[in-house]
Amino acid sequence: MNDSTRAESATEASTQSGSEAALPLTIAKPFRLQWEAAQNAHVLLYPEGMVKLNQSAGEILKRCDGTRDLDTLIAELEQAFNATGIGTEVRAFIADAHRRGWLE
Amino acid sequence: MTDLSQPSVQPVAQPAAQPVAQPAAGPGAQPGQSAASVPPPLWLLAELTYRCPLHCAFCYNPLDYTDHHRELSTAQWLDVLRDARALGAVQLGFSGGEPLVRDDLEVLVEEANRLGFYTNLITSGVGLTEQRLGALKAAGLDHIQLSFQDSTQELNDFLSSTRTFELKQRVAAALKRHGFPMVMNCVLHRYNLPHVDKIIEMALALGAEYLELANTQYYGWARENQAQLMPTREQLEEAEAVVARYRRTHGERCKIFFVVPDYFETRPKRCMNGWGAVFLGVAPDGAALPCHAARGLPGLALPNVKDTPLREIWYESDAFNRFRGLSWLKEPCRSCEEKEHDLGGCRCQAYLLTGDAANADPVCDKSPFHEQVVKVVQRAASAAGAEAIAAREQPILFRHDANSRRLAAAAREPGGDHGAQP
Repeated sequence: MNDSTRAESATEASTQSGSEAALPLTIAKPFRLQWEAAQNAHVLLYPEGMVKLNQSAGEILKRCDGTRDLDTLIAELEQAFNATGIGTEVRAFIADAHRRGWLE
Repeated sequence: MTDLSQPSVQPVAQPAAQPVAQPAAGPGAQPGQSAASVPPPLWLLAELTYRCPLHCAFCYNPLDYTDHHRELSTAQWLDVLRDARALGAVQLGFSGGEPLVRDDLEVLVEEANRLGFYTNLITSGVGLTEQRLGALKAAGLDHIQLSFQDSTQELNDFLSSTRTFELKQRVAAALKRHGFPMVMNCVLHRYNLPHVDKIIEMALALGAEYLELANTQYYGWARENQAQLMPTREQLEEAEAVVARYRRTHGERCKIFFVVPDYFETRPKRCMNGWGAVFLGVAPDGAALPCHAARGLPGLALPNVKDTPLREIWYESDAFNRFRGLSWLKEPCRSCEEKEHDLGGCRCQAYLLTGDAANADPVCDKSPFHEQVVKVVQRAASAAGAEAIAAREQPILFRHDANSRRLAAAAREPGGDHGAQP
């Protein structure tokens, strides 16, 4: 039987800019984020597919629940992982997640 | 049900950015061929029934589906859902046949949702009333895949041997009103490939977030109708150009998948993402399927959920281990440097075209049987000019109970040929 593996094509144009940084970050429909014990990972589920997230991506996206803006998220991650200077990388990941349509 | 539901998981698609400190390496990194290295199933396809109001000529259900009509009970399906979820399955498709003919669908959806599945109803739309849409939404159904046969009423209704086109249009509008994301599915073949632009326009007009254009895969009923359905290379190239154009202009509104017509390729598809790697199907009677079409493979004893625990089926059964990994490969695959890419291709295609399911998929031009595939394509090209004559000589065989019984009976006779009528 056929089964085409669909490459993730991030065709969505990037419309996110710095001016939106203050908006709370939220997972976009129809994506659903959840922890999967069998894969020991967070996954993003969507029609006909799934993205298994690495730990970093999971830690960021699980905080995108509509209650935090980007700066708050970064501050929280720095505290949780006792790290500093991760802002640039987190911002790059969030921009990429927007491009993929994962975030509203 | 008419469409090929295409489970496609991207089990390891990792976002590029890795900003946060990483703790120790991930678990489950056991090497080698041990049982511990067999990954869990991620995709459960619950084929609730073979009953279907449509009679599509390209249905992938087995020809002898009437021999397997005793369906699992509600309680048995609930056990399947719980056991599969415990193994790790997370994507769940309710399919068939037409799953809406089961009046316990809402009960199953509700439990699936409670268990944490991402649920998909794969439907022709027949029976999807306002009331059931409301009940399915309340039960937590995540999305709906609605099949069309063509952008025109005439062809849609002819190919499904029913009058359903207007109904499908109404259902599409209704399910959007209820807030469901919609995957529109259309199986492509010689008759509707020239309409692919209209099919895309229809998907856009109906608000589909995803459009799956699935070139016919030749198993089950489609295989019986291969002579009629096989397109020409020119048709495919034109359709692909149209798809590429729409992806550029409308790719943000609607994600368009184009399932490759592999008879026209020289390398096989990575079938099912690997046998026993991701996909676990359960047929209406409880037979566990490593692929949708596995029922057609001779000598493969399919375990049944009624008498074998799902965990044992997935990890220990002969059926799920037969073509798992790479150790079963024969030449030319065994020594091929591309084997890890395509895993030898499709077992059902290997059986249908070479007589041995363990052979290389003959779509591959390294297969000594590749000529079989070339011949099918050439026949389609030469038949294109004489289409009307061919159609008269060999009418389309619609999928319905009478034809299924006739084909099943014919297959039981030694050396018996098909005696089905359209």
